Amino acid sequence: MDANLIDARVEEILSTHGKGANKLVPILLAAQDAFGYLPGNVIQHVGEFLAISLGQIYSVASFYKRFQLTPVGKRRVTVCRGTACHIRGAPQIVNEIEQTIGIKEGETSADLEYTLETVACIGCCALAPCLKVNEAVHGAMTPRKAGVLFTDVSGNKNA
Amino acid sequence: MPEKKCTILVCQGTGCISGGAEQILNSLETELVRQNLSGAMQIKHAGCHGFCQRGPLVVIEPEGIFYTKVTPNDIPDIVHSLQPDTVPVERLLYYDTTINRPIKSFRDIPFYYKQQRLVLRNCGVINPENIDDALAAGGYQALRKALAMKPTEIIEEIKKSGLRGLGGAGFPTGRKWEAAFQAPGKDKYIICNGDEGDPGAFQDRSVLEGDPHSVLEGMIIAGFAIGARHGYAYVRNEYPFAVHRLGIAIKQARKRGFLGKNILGSKFSFDVEIFQGAGAFVCGESTALVLSIEGKRGMPRPLPRPRTTEVGLWDKPTLLNNVKTYANIPLIINHGSQWFASRGSEKSKGTAIFSLTGKVVNSGLIEVTMGTRLREIIYDIGGGIPDGRAFKAVQTGGPSGGCLPPELLNMPVDFDSLTAAGSMMGSGGMVVMDQDTCMVDIARYFLDFTQRESCGQCIPCRIGTKQMFDILDNITQGRGKPEDIDTLLELGNSIKDASLCALGQSAPNPVLSTIRYFRDEYEAHIYEGHCPAGVCHGCL
Repeated sequence: MDANLIDARVEEILSTHGKGANKLVPILLAAQDAFGYLPGNVIQHVGEFLAISLGQIYSVASFYKRFQLTPVGKRRVTVCRGTACHIRGAPQIVNEIEQTIGIKEGETSADLEYTLETVACIGCCALAPCLKVNEAVHGAMTPRKAGVLFTDVSGNKNA
Repeated sequence: MPEKKCTILVCQGTGCISGGAEQILNSLETELVRQNLSGAMQIKHAGCHGFCQRGPLVVIEPEGIFYTKVTPNDIPDIVHSLQPDTVPVERLLYYDTTINRPIKSFRDIPFYYKQQRLVLRNCGVINPENIDDALAAGGYQALRKALAMKPTEIIEEIKKSGLRGLGGAGFPTGRKWEAAFQAPGKDKYIICNGDEGDPGAFQDRSVLEGDPHSVLEGMIIAGFAIGARHGYAYVRNEYPFAVHRLGIAIKQARKRGFLGKNILGSKFSFDVEIFQGAGAFVCGESTALVLSIEGKRGMPRPLPRPRTTEVGLWDKPTLLNNVKTYANIPLIINHGSQWFASRGSEKSKGTAIFSLTGKVVNSGLIEVTMGTRLREIIYDIGGGIPDGRAFKAVQTGGPSGGCLPPELLNMPVDFDSLTAAGSMMGSGGMVVMDQDTCMVDIARYFLDFTQRESCGQCIPCRIGTKQMFDILDNITQGRGKPEDIDTLLELGNSIKDASLCALGQSAPNPVLSTIRYFRDEYEAHIYEGHCPAGVCHGCL
């Protein structure tokens, strides 16, 4: 996204939310959704708007897991490591995906195609083990199904 | 035979949507037109019906015909079965393996008829995106009734009902309301805690997705009772769909005069806004949650800290309750405290909701009367352990709770029995484990979670849980030492005593309870280098 577009989008987010300390988290969430991470110049912009120091914004941005300070992949793969998923084989699912897409948990692929992360619980425990690709939930996973899922996805990418 | 008139409920909870429930809805609309039935049939988007494992679910009312694992390819057959002189589509019905036959209506399936669905009464039944549906089911009647009462009368009713909160201690809700009412000051706040951070629990999500108006109604009544004009519904970041549904409900409630200025023509004004969490387990703790709304790091306030009812959001008196607690309020106001208190056990009234998951045949969201025995929940409702495996343990209360052994299957489940057994009600997660689950691995799993999620503010939690995790990791890798069990007990008890907040204080529970009930598994790992469940790769 070019700098002017980013500025315009930030202005839009700021004017929708308005001022006040309690707007910081909602604004950062909106920026995270819009850009996929929180670029430094966006954080600066937010700080000036809310009159909050950069230190305070970074303290908040680094505390909550939703916020990323570096770019994430187009496909954000989130494997649930909730209790039900754990005992039904989530660790094997993570292994399988790591092998299929070639990055480790917490990493983003060099081509910015994938980010692989785990999350405490998606709340779909009755469908354990489950994972999300961006916002779409996939339940009742097996290592085989997970492998196929990502082979398919990269297949589509190549098509 | 006259044309049947039916309502077709298509579950639109997160679980069923992940299985393709949105496509089912579309196919259904097309197919009804194609088969000339669109006039007689009403399609309804419903919230979570609870039996997520068998989803996507389609229910045909009034008969309650219950179709499981439905795909768009099944829709022509389902619609055909709505024609006169036809029978239900047998292959999609729930098949009960204990009696070896399919069951037609969900009302006859043990998973449902053994439950007591009070808080979940509207989930899966009404269209959560249509306030008229909620109103037809009795929504906002309790609000009308409450606005004609004095605040003290409402609080008295809640006190007499015996309703208890879902924090670790099961604090009486009525006493919390009274404290918030008595706290001096004009500006007060209502907060709904929907930061369901415990892995293995999803009832807040299901209630917010399936019946948001009941939660709102409870919050509005609470606002009227304690004298607050503003409320926040704090919803976890991982639940975008719950945020969406609640947002629709708030807009509709404003339009109908249930929220906003002079509610229902009274002098009482109250509004609710949604605050979406950004992903931090510790924000389920009330003082941390409040700071997170204020735009700060969500870390529990240091001790000695005043109660949130006195010094809460923006340092004002704040009443914070869980989603389910608010959803109970309309029931109590409508039916009276005696009605509510007549249900449940001596000191735990009403119902308990559990996310029944793990190694169990029927997995989903269930609601039972307080005091129901574990065995009834796991075997009658849950259908027991799949594949003829043996039951080993059930974990309740998430990372703050503990693992209960087979000897406790006859235990009545309520706040106090769970606490006495070393676990807790808390979030209502109930994860069933069989012989293939290693209890040391489970303890390691929970400590991995808590040490990642520790906010880092106090040393016992930040360093203690990491130490416990390292020891557990060594044991599961086959590097356990004879003194490890004693060290874990000592560390665990110190962390319990010395941590700053309830999350730290309860973090050792998964370890302490597994040592208490499954010490032999620890010993097998340490002394024999053997994992009895065959899970730990370092000990096979």
